Amino acid sequence: MQFSPQQFKPQARAALQDQDLQQALSRAKSGFIDKRRVAVEAFDDFEALRERGKRIRNHALEHMDIYLERLEAQVQAAGGHVHWAEDAEQARAIILELCHKASAKRVTKSKTMVGEEIGINEAMEADGLEVVETDLGEYIIQLAEEPPSHIIAPAIHKTRQQITELFDRYHHRGELKKKLREIPELVNEAREVLREKFLTADVGITGANFLIAETGSIALVTNEGNADLTHTLPRMHISISGIDKVVPTLEDASTLLRLLARSATGQEMSTYTTFVNGPRRDGDPDGPDEFHLVLLDNGRTRMLQGQFREMLRCIRCGACMNHCPVYAAVGGHAYGWVYPGPMGSVLTPLIVGLDKTRDLPHACTLNGRCASVCPVKIPLPKLLRQLRSEQYREGLMDSRNRLGLAFWGFFATRPRLYHTAAGLAIRVLHALSRGRGRFRRLPMAAGWTGSRDLPAPSRRTFQQVWKQQSKERGR
Amino acid sequence: MTDTTPTREKPIVALFATCLVDLFRPNVGLATVRLLEQAGFAVEVPQQQTCCGQPAYNSGDDDRAAALARQVIRQFERYSYVVVPSGSCAGTIITHYPELLRGDKEWQDAAYRLAERTWELTRFLTEVSGQQTEVPAEYAGRITYHDSCSGLRELNIRQQPRTLLSAVKGLELVEMEERDTCCGFGGTFCIKYPEISERMVSNKVEAIRQTGAETLLAGDLGCLMNMAGRMQRLNVPVRAYHVAEVLAGMTDVPAIGEEENR
Ligand code: SF4
Repeated sequence: MQFSPQQFKPQARAALQDQDLQQALSRAKSGFIDKRRVAVEAFDDFEALRERGKRIRNHALEHMDIYLERLEAQVQAAGGHVHWAEDAEQARAIILELCHKASAKRVTKSKTMVGEEIGINEAMEADGLEVVETDLGEYIIQLAEEPPSHIIAPAIHKTRQQITELFDRYHHRGELKKKLREIPELVNEAREVLREKFLTADVGITGANFLIAETGSIALVTNEGNADLTHTLPRMHISISGIDKVVPTLEDASTLLRLLARSATGQEMSTYTTFVNGPRRDGDPDGPDEFHLVLLDNGRTRMLQGQFREMLRCIRCGACMNHCPVYAAVGGHAYGWVYPGPMGSVLTPLIVGLDKTRDLPHACTLNGRCASVCPVKIPLPKLLRQLRSEQYREGLMDSRNRLGLAFWGFFATRPRLYHTAAGLAIRVLHALSRGRGRFRRLPMAAGWTGSRDLPAPSRRTFQQVWKQQSKERGR
Repeated sequence: MTDTTPTREKPIVALFATCLVDLFRPNVGLATVRLLEQAGFAVEVPQQQTCCGQPAYNSGDDDRAAALARQVIRQFERYSYVVVPSGSCAGTIITHYPELLRGDKEWQDAAYRLAERTWELTRFLTEVSGQQTEVPAEYAGRITYHDSCSGLRELNIRQQPRTLLSAVKGLELVEMEERDTCCGFGGTFCIKYPEISERMVSNKVEAIRQTGAETLLAGDLGCLMNMAGRMQRLNVPVRAYHVAEVLAGMTDVPAIGEEENR
């Protein structure tokens, strides 16, 4: 997995110049937003559902230890195994060992963001395993050797033209000559290729949308059915999940699934929803011989204790990025790691460290649209602001901004001085503008005037005008 | 102003003009005063006011932001009404001061008290003064209205300015696509990430242009300066005013960023 959140600025700049990316992004954006709106309006009281979702998640987090223990017991009772991984390295080691034990050569995978978080693909490939992504979007970016750019639509940054070219290269050795093809045709072609892989895989790896403590089940939703083929056909099923995904009951999970589908894709229900309970039992028509659940911490218990706990409510629906104007401008890769957009700008610094992610909490106008659509009401702007405070306290803000703030603060907290200085500065600026009303260029404000004119101030400040008027009116 | 009634008989409103209005566009402050006076209030402008502290708060510099919050509280706590012609500065006082001062019970209580008495201008005019149907202004032309983010999502300002504008004679409101999408200003954001901000404001300008409106209105000077500046750079002939200027009938001055002797 690429890791370059430090490079946010240059990556964002490059993204803004990338015509294909811009085309793909502008097509995707309104689709997500419109579909969600229609679904939300069709639902009787979506606000109440959000509130319920939030409570369910809060309760689960509050008693996470109890529910995780219950989950473990139930998974074991169903004949499955539970493995605890403190960090990415441990999780990779556990999974590789399981693959060895299964004498695996070929591994199929359905989409898992935790899999990306721990970099499992690279690890398995380095270990000599053949890894096949079975989610169509993941399959596309695997061919393109790129990381996902969105948590539910990993190949959203690709145009149809680019996908046509990829398939031509990998499926037809370049013989189709890049003729632009229709989506259904591309989908069928990928299915054809994947079918054989499904049937011959030794291990199937999935994520988990929710972990249900009372039954020991994992909930899996897809729109392609690929997760089901991934976990039922191979000999061994490994599910990887963050510990934060646990919820008490099936009922809770179904409430959250309703929120998830509507928020993510505007569906009432994802096309395939499956509850997996351990390995195949006697009498089951299909299913793996072994079921392993790998539970990853990777900073989550630390988050649970501090002022960022609310972030753990996240159900990974992607609505926040779909509604984020910064994400819409630069796409997911600019953020430099697994989780993009608003949720990523909070999560990434918390998982990998504030010092390696200085831009992420700042690359946001705090417009609040993300929080207004988040199905579990995570106050993302507030959390981003808290991260900014942490950065500031830890001395991670660059000296230019720090100095600027100190300079401005010096005056702003000394009103008398402030108004004298402001009056002078305004007079100078007004004179410099020579009645044109604006500046096309102003050296001190190059960040502004690079792309827009700067309105010039009037001759006097409001306070000055007011004082004079008051005198005249005898106020 | 012909009104000569002694001010002490009227309820008093303190105006928090905001630093941008103070520095860049006094006319917005004057228009706000006129609107409040028309609504039957006497207006006072505490002279020591500077800035609400948002630049520090949004940069994570909580100590400096808290110092400014205490300064504003001290200057305004004796008033029953504080009116602000900006959703984002009003939002800072109303929703963020109590949060910012949570470490100190006394100050936090004071912050809550101030929050209860602080109003964004259009909301004050529609909900407190109850004068919304008697706006006497005139403005000939087609306008479009940008919902600034903080006002919209922190304070629920959406219908209020439209209600007030619907009474302005000659004015026709045309809504733009994605009227509630951020314009890319974001305070220091637009300077720290100029390219991203440029894309966002360009999208906004395109939405404005598509309406065919001659004038853009909004309730926040920061967003207005951003959008007006971009329109001028792109030679899009749409004028920009603060909503208070139109409501008060004070559009006889150049629009934002416009030449002085037009
Ligand atoms: S933060 Fe909220 S909106 Fe964003 S992915 Fe998580 S649940 Fe969805």
